[in-house]
Amino acid sequence: MSPTLSDAGIAASDPHDGLAVLEARGSTAETFGIPLAVLAELTHRCPLQCPYCSNPVELDRGGSELTTEEWKKVLTELAQIGVLQIHFSGGEPTARKDLVELVRHASDVGLYSNLITSAVLLTREKLVALADAGLCHVQISFQGNEPMVADRVAGLKNAHEKKIQVARWTRELDLPLTVNAVMHRQNLHQLSDVIEMAVDLDADRLEVANVQYYGWALKNRAALMPTLEQIEEASRIVEEAAARLKGILAIDYVVPDYYSLRPKKCMGGWGRQFFNISPAGKILPCHAAESVTGLEFESVRSNHSIAWIWQNSEAFNRYRGTGWMKEPCKSCEFREIDFGGCRCQAFALTGDAGNTDPACTLSPMHETIFKQAELEAASDNNRFIYRNFAGGTPESGGDHGA
Amino acid sequence: MAGRGRNIRVSETSRPVLPRHARLKFDETRQVWVILAPERVLAPDDIAVEVLQLCDGVRSVADMVDGLAAKYAAERQAIATDVIAMLQDLADKGFLTEAREKTS
Repeated sequence: MSPTLSDAGIAASDPHDGLAVLEARGSTAETFGIPLAVLAELTHRCPLQCPYCSNPVELDRGGSELTTEEWKKVLTELAQIGVLQIHFSGGEPTARKDLVELVRHASDVGLYSNLITSAVLLTREKLVALADAGLCHVQISFQGNEPMVADRVAGLKNAHEKKIQVARWTRELDLPLTVNAVMHRQNLHQLSDVIEMAVDLDADRLEVANVQYYGWALKNRAALMPTLEQIEEASRIVEEAAARLKGILAIDYVVPDYYSLRPKKCMGGWGRQFFNISPAGKILPCHAAESVTGLEFESVRSNHSIAWIWQNSEAFNRYRGTGWMKEPCKSCEFREIDFGGCRCQAFALTGDAGNTDPACTLSPMHETIFKQAELEAASDNNRFIYRNFAGGTPESGGDHGA
Repeated sequence: MAGRGRNIRVSETSRPVLPRHARLKFDETRQVWVILAPERVLAPDDIAVEVLQLCDGVRSVADMVDGLAAKYAAERQAIATDVIAMLQDLADKGFLTEAREKTS
């Protein structure tokens, strides 16, 4: 899962080079119209059990997943209404036996396709088939830079070794590679080595994504929350590496919003430039949106078109723009900069998605939550609750029993 | 690893081409040219589009400049400077690579 989807392009927005970023502030793509990129969560099934998984705690079962024909119809419709990029994600998208067929169909209808994968189910043969089907880019998640930490976080033996192998095949096949490294208290000490690993793997991009605390990650916050010192060190390491590796490895860095003063402009604003499709076909403003209770999300299996759902459905319109805001957002000078932060985080931490995201220093809850995060970061509660269809399983045998 | 020509220096003898992850495409819905790249959609301006369409990995920069200088009846050196600067910038951002030498 990529947390940087809607924040792309800051580095490329220099007007002197004849390139504008289409999703830049004030652009057509940002203010109205169909999103440029859509995330297709093909399945929630996954061989990994990462405790910070971005999927909802209530996972869609395999039996409810859209069929091959349904996904192909969706891809055709997306291309027709103006979507340009499709991110195949999950769960683990390669758990779908029809992935090659779906990638080929995406190519046929003119979509730029990106595979967001844990890589552990991929064979070289499968990767060749995906490349032949027109896959444009591969993003592989890593849980650390060596098996001891990485396999424990993933909850799967030999996962790290397999990921390294698949990353090498990816580059051998001349497919562009992004390494996605999800960072938290228990692996931030490996950040420098993770960066070197990405260089060694000949990756084009590295996403250093600090965990965002919703769903599974919120359940595991005490075991994952970094200390302020760790974040400061991480920012220093990334800054140094980004300068040193200019032209070799592009680094995108996502800071955990608990330690920032301003909330993030989550998803570029609710229903402004992004939607994702759940395994069962629901059109969602973000991958965590189903955690907000009281919202009804329309499905591609309904009688409505995707464009209609995007433009007219109650769930998308509920938090669009600024009209829904209460104070302190309502009169805030930043209300159209960050749109009050993240609705899912506001709901998870305050019980009302219409409140200011507590990541914002102007939220009356900010102080309490920041203090709590500091306490959790300083605790030595390192046991994970692993992600699974049973609602989670606590890690056994102390700190290292993956 | 052979590498894909990262950090390329664009000169008149270069034969640049868009890498696999960067696709130049006309967006019918929005009626603009776009470059599709990982996590990014860029909108090149008219001049950039014209130059990028010439980047097929076969044509050299010198050939492109000759063509553009003739088409716009402009001074060749001025065109060359502008084209090379623009291509270098694209290359630095990872949206341009150099065609591999054919070994056959």
